[in-house]
Amino acid sequence: MGVSRRNFLKIAGISLLGLGAKPAYDVFAGRDLPEFAQGEEAREAKRWAMVIDTRKCRDKDGCQDCILACHRAHNVPDVGNSRQEIKWIWTEPYENAFPNQEHEFLEETLKHRPVIVLCNHCDDPPCVRVCPTKATFKREDGIVMMDYHRCIGCRFCMAACPYGSRSFNWGDPRRAPKEKNPDFPTNPNFPTRTKGVVEKCNFCEERLVAGLLPACVEACKEKALIFGDLGNPDSDVRKVLRSHYTIRRKPGLGTGPAIYYIV
Amino acid sequence: MLEKALTGSQRYWGWIISLLILIGVGFSFYLLQFTEGLKITGMGRDVSWGFYIAQFTFLVGVAASAVMVVLPYYLHNYKAFGRITILGEFLAVGAVSMCLLFIIVDLGQPIRLFNVLLHPTPNSILFWDMIVLNGYLFLNIVIGWVVLSAERNAVSPPSWVKPLIYLSIPWAVSIHTVTAYLYCGLPGRGFWLTAILAPRFLSSAFASGPAFLIILCLIIRRLTRFDPGREQIQTLAKIVTYAIILNGFFFLCEVFTAMYSHIPEHMHHFEYLFFGLEGHGILVPWMWASVLLAVLAIILLINPATRRSESVLAVACVAVFASTWIDKGLGLISGGFIPSPLGHVTEYWPTLPEALIALGVWGVGFLILTVLYKIAVSIKEEIGA
Repeated sequence: MGVSRRNFLKIAGISLLGLGAKPAYDVFAGRDLPEFAQGEEAREAKRWAMVIDTRKCRDKDGCQDCILACHRAHNVPDVGNSRQEIKWIWTEPYENAFPNQEHEFLEETLKHRPVIVLCNHCDDPPCVRVCPTKATFKREDGIVMMDYHRCIGCRFCMAACPYGSRSFNWGDPRRAPKEKNPDFPTNPNFPTRTKGVVEKCNFCEERLVAGLLPACVEACKEKALIFGDLGNPDSDVRKVLRSHYTIRRKPGLGTGPAIYYIV
Repeated sequence: MLEKALTGSQRYWGWIISLLILIGVGFSFYLLQFTEGLKITGMGRDVSWGFYIAQFTFLVGVAASAVMVVLPYYLHNYKAFGRITILGEFLAVGAVSMCLLFIIVDLGQPIRLFNVLLHPTPNSILFWDMIVLNGYLFLNIVIGWVVLSAERNAVSPPSWVKPLIYLSIPWAVSIHTVTAYLYCGLPGRGFWLTAILAPRFLSSAFASGPAFLIILCLIIRRLTRFDPGREQIQTLAKIVTYAIILNGFFFLCEVFTAMYSHIPEHMHHFEYLFFGLEGHGILVPWMWASVLLAVLAIILLINPATRRSESVLAVACVAVFASTWIDKGLGLISGGFIPSPLGHVTEYWPTLPEALIALGVWGVGFLILTVLYKIAVSIKEEIGA
């Protein structure tokens, strides 16, 4: 079996990239960071998805690693007002994350277990269906995206989302209180938003194109967040889904969330 | 004809000036909202639509008054309504103008409004709402103006306007239907997720619009030399009677389905509105007031003796208007968002700037209404109608 010119170039290119990444890899190697599974192409996927192992989450011990990493990576400020706050990833009590799946005699640990919630990047996203300008749209690989420059701020998508995953910039995020956001913008490589537009988790598409895992996944020391391609049978998410019982939020609505939970 | 609006009594100008002051106050607070963002409102991530969208929804209903006079006159040849079709059509113009303004003041990025046209998206109901509302505004301006001009010149209206009039009848139904579809197609909102929402919008519209029209007719009779007519007012009263009863029936259908099925996502919203949830119940007295006002109105309207007395009828119409306003202008939107899809109860009440902006928009609507009614009534007086 010969190697085609195209494949040769591909392998050569990746090898070169690997050489360049070696020093960076060395820095992180000691931390034992999660990586893409063997044979998984980091930049592209048929269907990006995430499995959240709620048993491993240490939020109850005060761990906020994934939340802080995400909000710092995406310049999400603390607006200092819980009614109008902006959040891409946060925790909810079990009964709020999974309404109607709770009951009085729930396992003690589960009852008080915080559940990480974020945009579900639905197969059939109601937010995309209702947007009057296509400012929110679904990509081929399943990521539900926002165009901050096209959004007119009608908030139809917020009414449509059954998971409360969308935030609106009620005020100007660049003018969020300085004392709460001393180093805003925290990531100069990611855009800040203007007032009057909706925003939400973007599955770190800006990191995926660079071959990196989402910020929250990378930040979790417990490896409670597993990320990968549902289209690849050998991906980490597929492996975990094969071997564990998982549930999704509000499956009866037919939205088809791409976030799976191990409880 | 516009010149008719430029001459008037001291009282007319006093009214115009008070409206302009109201608009000025509202506009200055809108400038504040424009610079600061919607954070000056009482809305938040859980209740992301508030007073503005609620007023818009209610006023879509008021715009219905036009079809309730146009349909009997043009389709059933009910001659008496020929005298007041113009009042219905011009009320629709004022109401739809307010609807459009309420959508604009609710936008986070109003200067990007035309993105809706630049990137037309037929799968969004908001796209269709833009089409039906603007279409309805256009139809009523053209029809009202052309028919009134013809009446002034004592000629029959041009034949091309007839198809537009017939078109305006189903079009009126469409504005309520499409507005209801904004809400009743959303998966996670049990309060709105009901097939009766559009029919209920129509019934409450056909109650509140004609009720307001009756009040306007009584005011016109008192203030001008034009009498809209006792028979006309009585026929409108019968329309209001049927519509408010139908609205009550549809409402009870909703309550039965939600409460008897005991499905939490549907039931909790009614519990919140009428009894309060987790110690939160800011709307409870309002919702019961709405019910009591509707019951009072039905008693006064259903009884011929009270309905025929115009002073009692006026009370009944105010009760209908107030009841439907509370129902749609306060309860419908908040009730749909509370509790949130995650089960949180975050209450909503408009802030003062928000209320003043809303009042300013109402002021614009009443200014348009006043000017158009001044023209219509002056011409009616001129031809000795």
